[in-house]
Amino acid sequence: MIAALTWLLLYQLTGEILAHVLMLPIPGPVIGMALLFLTLVIRGYGERPVPKALQQTASTLLQHLSLLFVPAGTGVMLYLQLIIDEWLPIGVALVISTLGAMAVTALILRTLTRKNAEAQNA
Amino acid sequence: MPERITQTWVYLSATPLFWLTMTLVAYQIAHWIYRRCGAHPLANPVLIAVVLLVALLQLTHTPYDTYFSGAQFVHFLLGPATVALAIPLYGQFQRLVGLAGPLLLALVGGSLTAMLSAVFVGHWLGGSLPTLLSLAPKSVTTPIAMGIAERIGGHPSLAAVMVIATGILGAITAQTIFRWLKVNDDAVSGFALGVAAHGIGTARAFQLSETMGAFAALGMGLNGLLTAISLPSLIQWLKPWLQ
Repeated sequence: MIAALTWLLLYQLTGEILAHVLMLPIPGPVIGMALLFLTLVIRGYGERPVPKALQQTASTLLQHLSLLFVPAGTGVMLYLQLIIDEWLPIGVALVISTLGAMAVTALILRTLTRKNAEAQNA
Repeated sequence: MPERITQTWVYLSATPLFWLTMTLVAYQIAHWIYRRCGAHPLANPVLIAVVLLVALLQLTHTPYDTYFSGAQFVHFLLGPATVALAIPLYGQFQRLVGLAGPLLLALVGGSLTAMLSAVFVGHWLGGSLPTLLSLAPKSVTTPIAMGIAERIGGHPSLAAVMVIATGILGAITAQTIFRWLKVNDDAVSGFALGVAAHGIGTARAFQLSETMGAFAALGMGLNGLLTAISLPSLIQWLKPWLQ
């Protein structure tokens, strides 16, 4: 558990250092995720399983991913007035763009994977 | 005696311990309600926990900064949790290789839809410029969105709130949308949920299936990268129209 957490933090730290040194617009944890994925691929090429301790720690963290958004979400109290004043543009923009993005992504992916499957069957 | 209680409260309400504990208690209550409702999407645990905490903070007249001094320990774990998303992703490695092209095209379509429709709809309905700039990165995970909002001139913490509202909205509506569109491949629906509704969508996806969660993690990570790279120049280019 602690060893796995140490690895996760080391990857995050490496990501953070790379983001600063190379002045990348991408946050450290996302670079850390990409680096850990690459490490796992190089190490096992999709066949060797992830070390058990790492697997367990990751599952524990990800099972309660929702909890980690609560502190930032509570920040809504700082903007209650602004949200009341601009509720219409904020509300409609949130609904249309969230549902729109979900539908567009799903439809493009479904159309392209169907074509893929047909091409493979032909 | 009542004086002692008041003194104890004054002391406790300023300590990180109290607000860290309240964050976890609020989440446990929210999670209990979510389970009692049979994991119904409307009983979203983030939504319930936030409502409980905002009510408590308003009742006790506690400023957000005092609250965050305790809650930051939970907030901090977003970093290692983001890194940990590499693990379910690796579990889908074989499928990812086969789907690389379609995934990238779907990502570009979904990501542009999220950014542009938020800004244009908000502008059309009279949203102020800082609000629009805080709405633009709403589909990517909190730390990325806050960084982008700061760069392009929005409010970082308002952006975080928009991000979380987006996530909750995505998690609540996903199954209905996919049923309408007759999408029944977990890889497709997971990826779409991750692109549109980042970590909260991913949390929901993991509760529905392991494959859906892994593809949501991929969608979330890739959209984070794409938005971070493209949104600053996109906004530069759109700004003359938004004034």
